[in-house]
Amino acid sequence: MSRMAATRDGYGQGLLNISGDERVVVLEADLGKSTKSLHFRKQFPERTVSCGIGEQNMMLVAAGLAASGYKPFASTFAIFTERAFEQIRNGVARPNLPVHICGSHGGTHTGTDGGSAQSIEDLAIYRTLPNMTVMHPCDDVSAAELTRQCLDLAGPSYMRTARNKTRVLHEKRIDDIKIGRGIVLRDGSDVCIIACGVLVAKALEAAEKLAGDGIDACVVDMHTLKPLDGDLINRMAASTGCIVSAEDHSIIGGLGGAVAEHLSSNHPVPLERVGVKDRFGESGQAEEMLDLLGLNTGDIIKAAHKAISRKSN
Amino acid sequence: MSNSSLLIGCLNVNVERLPRKATHRGESVMATTSADIANLEAIATRCRAHILRMTHRAAAGHPGGSLSEIDILVALYFSRLNVDPTVPKWEERDRFILSKGHASPGMYAVLAEKGFITEEDLSSYRVLGGVCQGHVDMKWTPGVDFSAGSLGMGLSFGIGTAIAARLDGSERSTWVMIGDGEMQEGSVWEAAMAAAHHELGNLNVFVDKNNIQNDDFVEMQMRMFDIPAKWAGFGWAVRECDGHDMQQILDAIAWADSITDRPAVIIANTIKGKGISYMENNPAFHGAAPNDEQLGIGLAELGLFEVSV
Repeated sequence: MSRMAATRDGYGQGLLNISGDERVVVLEADLGKSTKSLHFRKQFPERTVSCGIGEQNMMLVAAGLAASGYKPFASTFAIFTERAFEQIRNGVARPNLPVHICGSHGGTHTGTDGGSAQSIEDLAIYRTLPNMTVMHPCDDVSAAELTRQCLDLAGPSYMRTARNKTRVLHEKRIDDIKIGRGIVLRDGSDVCIIACGVLVAKALEAAEKLAGDGIDACVVDMHTLKPLDGDLINRMAASTGCIVSAEDHSIIGGLGGAVAEHLSSNHPVPLERVGVKDRFGESGQAEEMLDLLGLNTGDIIKAAHKAISRKSN
Repeated sequence: MSNSSLLIGCLNVNVERLPRKATHRGESVMATTSADIANLEAIATRCRAHILRMTHRAAAGHPGGSLSEIDILVALYFSRLNVDPTVPKWEERDRFILSKGHASPGMYAVLAEKGFITEEDLSSYRVLGGVCQGHVDMKWTPGVDFSAGSLGMGLSFGIGTAIAARLDGSERSTWVMIGDGEMQEGSVWEAAMAAAHHELGNLNVFVDKNNIQNDDFVEMQMRMFDIPAKWAGFGWAVRECDGHDMQQILDAIAWADSITDRPAVIIANTIKGKGISYMENNPAFHGAAPNDEQLGIGLAELGLFEVSV
């Protein structure tokens, strides 16, 4: 059995990994225990700024620190970063300040807290901002590594992490993890499943089951939604002839939206989008939510069949 | 402003004559003489003329709030802020954050007088590709420390620069200007709470209390009740001053510098459109430019031009 971990733990570890850089400062909005920035706080209280339950203020305090040469990492729940969207838009992205925002507990996988806590639009809205890098890693290894690589960015970033543990997929593959580069986890020639976050493990499960039906599915971990790895998508579209996107996010504007935009302009092939179909979530266990909203392994398999059937005859 | 200072506005005063303010907090602002005060007033008068010309040329912009804030900006830039126009991004500079970023003509006027930008740059106000964007922008204008335009954001940003100074062990300070209407933004109070919590003695705020906002008088849009009590209740040191009396402004700056254990706020009582008769206390000139005739009248009132109407 492979190791299980949550991406939010990877973020917490990632902050510790870069703590040797004294320019790194961490900002919290009363959710450090949940986002896992608390580990940094415990070791470096002087470089941790409590902003109370005040996300709008937090994003701009981070901007002021960034404008003074610091490397601020501000985290709260994904849904609450959205409360500060205009601060991020005008105060962080527009002046292109290297503020790194982590939204934890993203997606419906967050579960029983219910629809108010389940951000299903964060990736979409941050993707619309010029200068913004947008990431959603699938395991703790990649979350920690992408956090480290934020230090090299000249501008701001948003990274969504998830609350619940999923299978670790990138153990000993750190060298493959690069902001802006998708990772091919499994080769295949019939269909390519491009997934992010908690649905990457589901996509692999789906590919294994599809193999039992004689279908050869490729799986890509597209941990960076922006800048999107268009070259990889072109190659996959050319080699498989159809694509499935899979994300714990609205089908509008997120990974599926980004892939659709890219394909339609560059390499049109059939695309089926697995994601939340323009509705809000509700309370339920993580697996129950994926079933309810059509995001689980079986839904990815169905989408793969449909995409294959749509290839031009 | 007295008549004598209006006359001085006609003269070519050497703006660099004033001694530079020492950077250590707690020291009093330089000893001021009546000549120093007159000099600051003369600079402010020239800035008022810049504001009129900029908004007139652009046929747009925000003269009212620029005129209400300008005496404070001149006092800060010419008596207190440790900045270097030849190195605008000097890391050890004091920070000034104009949170009410629509009042950008006032900021650009001071930056031109201080030498960060040229008087020619002022004609680029609101012009495509211009150095002087509609709202102050740190990416476009040398000497601008914050990209404003959306109210309620500057104080939070200033907390960030103040915390950075503390982490650096630096004596540099942060000054933020907000408007009284701006205090209707809830985020201002998130920031007020956070600044006091973090005991940011190196952070000072001027409230340009001109009593007018976009649509109408503040009292009509959203009553603010006891503004000093609000700030005091949030844990700030509070003082009021006449925002058009240069000596009072300088005294208030010295007072704010003497507060080192918590943030300080100066409620500056100002007049929207101050110095131009038809703009004073007139909500219509929050966001409207003077026409040709009004420009002539305004410049004449400043003692700078003959009236030709």
